[in-house]
Amino acid sequence: MRWLLAACACLFLALGARSGEAQVAEINPPLLSAFAFFDGGADRPAPNLIPYTLNTPLFSDYAEKQRFISLPKGARLTVDGAGRIGFPVGTTLIKSFGYSDAGGKLKIIETRLLIHRAEGWVTLPYVWRADGKDAELKLGGTRVPASFLKPDGEAMAISYAVPNKNQCKQCHSTKDAITPIGPVLQNMEFASPSAEKAFLAHFDNPELILVPTMARWDMPWSGTIDHRARAYLQVNCGHCHKPTGSASNSGLFYDDYKGNAAALGIGKRPVAAGRGSGGFDFVIDPGHPERSILIHRMKSIDPGIAMPELGRATVHDEGVALLEEWIATMKATDGTPAS
Amino acid sequence: MRTIAIAAAIAALSSPLAAKTINVAPADGQARLQEALIIAEPGDVIELGAGRFALTDGLSLDVPKVTVKGAGVDKTTLDFSGQLGSGEGLLVTSDDVVLRDFAVENSKGDGIKSKGADRIVYHKLRVEWTGGPKETNGAYGIYPVESRHVLVDNVVVRGASDAGIYVGQSDQIIVRNSLVMENVAGIEIENSFNADVHDNLATKNTGGILVFDLPNLPQMGGRNVRIFENVVVDNSTPNFAPKGNIVANVPTGTGVMVMANRDVHIFDNMLGNNGTANVMVIGYRYPYEDAKYDPVAKGVAIWGNQHDKAGFDPKFAGGAQIAERLGGSIPPIFWDGAGGDEAKPWVGDLVPALSLGLADLKASPESAVPTMLPPSTGTVTELPKIVLPEAMEAAVR
Repeated sequence: MRWLLAACACLFLALGARSGEAQVAEINPPLLSAFAFFDGGADRPAPNLIPYTLNTPLFSDYAEKQRFISLPKGARLTVDGAGRIGFPVGTTLIKSFGYSDAGGKLKIIETRLLIHRAEGWVTLPYVWRADGKDAELKLGGTRVPASFLKPDGEAMAISYAVPNKNQCKQCHSTKDAITPIGPVLQNMEFASPSAEKAFLAHFDNPELILVPTMARWDMPWSGTIDHRARAYLQVNCGHCHKPTGSASNSGLFYDDYKGNAAALGIGKRPVAAGRGSGGFDFVIDPGHPERSILIHRMKSIDPGIAMPELGRATVHDEGVALLEEWIATMKATDGTPAS
Repeated sequence: MRTIAIAAAIAALSSPLAAKTINVAPADGQARLQEALIIAEPGDVIELGAGRFALTDGLSLDVPKVTVKGAGVDKTTLDFSGQLGSGEGLLVTSDDVVLRDFAVENSKGDGIKSKGADRIVYHKLRVEWTGGPKETNGAYGIYPVESRHVLVDNVVVRGASDAGIYVGQSDQIIVRNSLVMENVAGIEIENSFNADVHDNLATKNTGGILVFDLPNLPQMGGRNVRIFENVVVDNSTPNFAPKGNIVANVPTGTGVMVMANRDVHIFDNMLGNNGTANVMVIGYRYPYEDAKYDPVAKGVAIWGNQHDKAGFDPKFAGGAQIAERLGGSIPPIFWDGAGGDEAKPWVGDLVPALSLGLADLKASPESAVPTMLPPSTGTVTELPKIVLPEAMEAAVR
């Protein structure tokens, strides 16, 4: 019997050695340079990365963002009717966040990776060292002081939050699985027509690529106020506020255009808003942005009130203005004059 | 020898990885604690040392089968006074998690939230806003939502500007042995199925124990809730919920309140000193658009409760006038009349019960035509006891 006990002990030791921080480090490199996505600095992306921008991006404390796709060799992509891209295992989506200094030079704070592994998508946040040459894995997130000028010229100094791994998932989850959010084909723009052509060559179903372009939230020529407001809501709110997302229990859904009025918040009473309600009765009070909970929460930076919950140490004044205008154009249901 | 060796072998093989304990001390800081919650593996125990963790951001756990254990409810405190981000203090999104022996103080939003976290156990916890009742306090103290099998046992919640213990859109729930005080709602079971709420003390809230069903939510038709052997007394704190929230409409002085739920049994409780009512049964009396929603409370049964005085200061619209007509106070049990005779609660308690006669959900309480409810006849089929998976009960033994 003794050998069996000894075997058990060995098993324990072997398993113990593989668990914990050592195992995490083995799978998730402590330094970003291990991936060779950047050649010694955030401003030197590897030539094989595909840069892209979004028509309507997620607001994150006015941070400037750089987005790249790293595809495995010979990758074939698919796109569904909603424009969501199916990426093969081996793909990494790369997103850097930073602010321009007084001289206009962009300083990148952090780079987030969304890696498609065989077991699913994995999120890893890296924070650049002071010398800007490499970035360190911060699974638990961190805070970094940041200062910048808002578009209206106001000088801001904030405690910039790098999300922890779980917070990445909070936004990036669909039915508890991690999924990409940004790369929806109708919202993507490439550096040049030839870059776009090269990217689209990865798809086998080009007929689906002809989906209509999403409105640019800040460009009136790109769509009606309704189109632009809904594009803004879809991108900034719809990743959590969807039936399979983190805010599923709210019954408030911005992930597509099909929702009924109540699902969009029109005449809908709050459920678990707490002081997020601001003393108002409805998420959207048609014709009355000044008493709509949606606007109240967008205008607050108090963590118990602010929506979205992350990347909101500042108010997105221009986004608020867009949605105020949108709600003001709705016909008031109680007969009061619109504000 | 043989038996021991085989048992050891089975233990080794059945644990997914060798379970370990991760110790975190207050001095380790936010990032280290959050990292521990991330690198933990199923079976692990995260031990929070004694002292005060000063936290700047919400914490979250997304690994199943993890126990987060403090040194005691008055020894380990997660202090969110300096919180800069996140909608809650601690968020759990994985299954089979046990939270025990620590306190959460002054989170900016909710205290502890668990979403889609099946078989979660909350045990020996304290969630508190230490400044007492204030509109600026977070909404919910303990907040499991969209979960199957929920156990809340031996917790204390004080100061929530919505509900101290709130269980929403869940199924198979036990809330017991807990103290809820100076919250707007002490305990609230909302849009949920199959709950036992027993052996709790709800006092000095605006409303003690609420069972609600609301429209326009993914899970509706809340039903099968048993409220028994609780002490629900002196719920007298003026309503401090931010307007717009449903609980902002709960009249100060409410003991047990049922709104728009089906099959709620309220029995063997001690109820008293609740100025509006010891038990109130009403429909959802607000405009809504939702064809799938039933706004009428049905199948409510009330028996075996001890009543001390109630209804002496009814704080709902028109309540004072009704009390005046009835000689200064209203009976300890009242029903708004929503749904008519078919929906009438079954009352076995030996105290008077009132109908406001407001069968029409759009009628205002000022237009009430109050009548005394005649004694109920017949019997009530008791709802089954909630039995949670044995591992959950074992976790609190």
